[in-house]
Formats: sequence, C-alpha cells, structure tokens
Amino acid sequence: MSRVPAAFEPAGKAPRDGKKFALRFWSNTHSRGMEITYSLVEKMLHVAAPLFKAIGYERLEKPVAAVEATIKGALFDCRMCGQCILSSSGMSCPMNCPKNLRNGPCGGVRANGNCEVYAEMPCVWVKAWEGSKAMEHGNKIMNVQPPVDHRLKGRSSWLAVSRGAHE
Amino acid sequence: MDMPAVHPHDLGPTPAAPLPELPEHSSRGRLERVLRRGEFAITAELNPPDSANPDDVYERVSHFDGWVDGINATDGSGANCHMSSVAICALLTRVGYSPILQISCRDYNRIAIQGNVLGAAALGVCNVLALTGDGVQGGDHPEAKPVFDLDSTSLLATMKKMRDERAFLSGRKITDPPRLFLGAAENPFAPPYDWRPLRLAKKIAAGAQYFQTQYCYDIPLLKSFMQKVRDMGLDKQAYILVGVGPLPSAKTAKWMRSNVAGVHIPDAVIKRLEGAENQKAEGIKLCIDLIQEIHEIAGVAGVHIMAYRQEESVGHIVSESGILKGRQPFRRAFATLADSEMPPSAVAMGQVLTPA
Repeated sequence: MSRVPAAFEPAGKAPRDGKKFALRFWSNTHSRGMEITYSLVEKMLHVAAPLFKAIGYERLEKPVAAVEATIKGALFDCRMCGQCILSSSGMSCPMNCPKNLRNGPCGGVRANGNCEVYAEMPCVWVKAWEGSKAMEHGNKIMNVQPPVDHRLKGRSSWLAVSRGAHE
Repeated sequence: MDMPAVHPHDLGPTPAAPLPELPEHSSRGRLERVLRRGEFAITAELNPPDSANPDDVYERVSHFDGWVDGINATDGSGANCHMSSVAICALLTRVGYSPILQISCRDYNRIAIQGNVLGAAALGVCNVLALTGDGVQGGDHPEAKPVFDLDSTSLLATMKKMRDERAFLSGRKITDPPRLFLGAAENPFAPPYDWRPLRLAKKIAAGAQYFQTQYCYDIPLLKSFMQKVRDMGLDKQAYILVGVGPLPSAKTAKWMRSNVAGVHIPDAVIKRLEGAENQKAEGIKLCIDLIQEIHEIAGVAGVHIMAYRQEESVGHIVSESGILKGRQPFRRAFATLADSEMPPSAVAMGQVLTPA
C-alpha cells in the first residue's frame, strides 16, 4: 500500500483512485436509482417500526448495524457515522472526505476535480454535486447539516429512521 | 492639502474601546460599518510571526496602517504552525485595529472553538472568518491528527446561534453573547464551478454576512461567478470581498499553482510576469490592474489583499489602484510611535496613543 500524505480513516485502507472502478462511483452515477431504492427501504423501515419496537431496538442494534455496514460499505464505502445523509449528498458518502465535510466542498479542490489531500481521489463533493443533479430531491444538498454526533458512530442509521418514524 | 479624516462612526473614545452602538449592526466593529455604508472595503492578510514577540506583530501590521478596514490574522494557514490568530487579534484590538479572527476547523473541536469565540469577543474582536482549514498534508506537521469536528458551514451556524440565540451548541445559555460580524471563505476558481454560487447561498443561510475569496487571477471566471451571484440576489444578502495578491515572480507563481491548495493562476499571468524585466514590480502592477478590474464588477463589495511576504507593498497597491476615492481608513499615529523610546508593545499595553 502506498503511503498517504495525511491520516486516512479507516487506518490500513487506501483512498480510492478515481481512475479505477469502485462500486462507490457506480452508486454515485446511478444516484437516481439509489434514491428510488432508498425511498422503498425507508417505507419498509416505517412499516416495520412496530415490529422493531416489539423486538427491542437495542437488541436489534448490533445485527442490523452489521447488515447496514456490509451493504452500504460495499455500495458507498460507508463509514457508519450513524447519521446517514446520502440522500442529501448525491449518494456520495461525505465521511470519505478527509476533512469529513458535511456541507459541501472545501476551497482546495484541484482543477481536475480531485481531492486536495489525496491527489488521486475524486473530491467527494464534486461527485455529490453530480449525483444530486440526477436526483429528484437533489436540492436537499442545500440543507445546512448540523455537526456530526460522534456518539452515534457505528450505530445503525436505518434503525434511527425507523425509530424516528415510530416516536 | 488636508488629509481626509477617518469617518466619525469608526472612532471610539480610546483606540481599544469598542465603538459606540449603531442600529441594525450585529457587531461593534469597523469593518461592518464600512461595508454597510457602501464603501469599497479593503482587508489585508497579516503573515503571523514564528515568535512570541508582540513587536513582530506590531512591526508587520504597521505597513497596513491607514490603508485597510480589516486585518486578517491567519490561523495556521497552509497547516503550518505560527502565532495563534486569537492572540494576534488581541494584540491588534489593544491599539485600535479591526482584526478578523480566522478559525480553522482543522485544529479544534466544538468545545475549544466556542470557548475561543467567547474569549476573542471579550478581547474586542468583532469579525470572524469561518474556515475549513487546509489539510495537514500541506504543512510542517503532516503527522498531526486532523480534527474537523465542525465544518465551515456548521461553524457559521454555531456562531450565529451563540450570537442570536445566546446559546452554545449544547443549548446551554450564554449570559452576554459575542457581538460578531460573521464571515466565510469562497473559492470561485475551484470545481465544481456551477455549485460555487449555491455554496455561497448555503453559507449565507448558515449565517455568513461577508465573504473573502481565494486569490483571483482569472477575471472572466470571477465575472461568470458574480453573474450567477447577482442573478440569485446573493450580493444583496452578503458582502463579497475578492482576494488579490502581488506575485513576486513567475517562478513563485508556478510553484504556488501546483503546491498551494485552491490557487488558480492562468498561463497568461505567468507569461506576463516572465516577459517583464522586473518581475516583482510587474507583479505589483498586475495586482493593481486586477483590483481596478474587480472594482468595476457589480456586486463586489471590496478586496482582500494577501501580500504574503510583501506586506510593505500594500499601501502602494491601495493608493495606486485608486479604490479609496479620498476615503481615509482608520490610522494610528505611527509617527508618534517612531518618536517614542518605548517599543510598540509597551505603548499598546499602556494604551498611551489616541487615533490620529
């Protein structure tokens, strides 16, 4: 593995090279399809809320988070921040930005659209902007996102959505 | 010929005292007043010293005296370690200047940032600039832990909440809120170009009242950015100060565009410098030309001069560009200071001087 110029999360992994295929880029270019899929998932989560409640959200936390991490890890290089905003970021996971920016690109984006920190990686927010333009509710990218709640790291966003619908 | 006087609204009873209240103003600082009066504002960036000597700060800032409306104290720019922004601002408020506190999200979490904002306001700081911060890879400590707990937009929202709702992010009450004029950065010269005006709108929604942009060497790109900004009416919602700076040589320009994050310098600019006999003088001339062109663009409220290691040229650049139009920005009696036996820091601590 080549050395990275600054700390990369998760340690041991390398930032994505934009010239090589990665599922995360595919998901981003198919953002509209992902949006439709997620709206179905969201509906299911709402429907399942009473069932989840009956089983107990805390009991479900570990297994559901594991499933979510696997699926979203493959599709988006999800970092399990526990407060997913993929629908507001053009299906490009903002936690892959080395500055963890949740509200748009920094001023250091290279002329070729790549990241200031990792020269081979396309800027997460350049991708987000492209993705959001293809989405029906792409204007959600304009919502001001609050700072990350670091306590939620590793927890399931899906269960949070379901729980939110129930309460 | 009489020297033009400093606007009466821009002077307090003593240099260090906060200015008298004005209606509608969110801060008691001079920069907000100048902009609200519709004057073409000038800010300049101070290159912070690598020392603990306050005189280094006062020596550097003396070049800006009487030429600028605000002085940016950078916060570990380029991820290099220097004297802190909050300390430089505190030194500057003591002698009556209007400093702009830069806060980079790279180095502090939300607890440190909010504490610093209160402290800076208590020390007389009225202007802040919310920044993401350059990545640690570019600086002298690439092994450092990048913090990035907030981003520039959520930082703006945080400070707006502190000021307007008198509360920390946690919701806990602030008894005396910081009276701040909130600023943000924008880079119209980096992709995604068509999103940059919208990003401006997003930062305005989060609380930004003024913007300072990255170095502008590409007027057509700035014009198309400003066209969209005007179409969206954003120039009526926030003041936009365009970044400029003299390039010392073609070689440095080439180095900057490939090594400094977010700096875009077109080939034509490099050619112009290469063709000049005295490249440094040509760089200053180019900067003056750019300022004059920028001044003509509708919706631009001022310029932000970043004359890195050429601070002494700022007065010349401002006067030659003619943008002051007979106006006199705040000026201290540095003539008095030169006659004094005391070092500037000692004078500042005792607040002996009154504004000219």
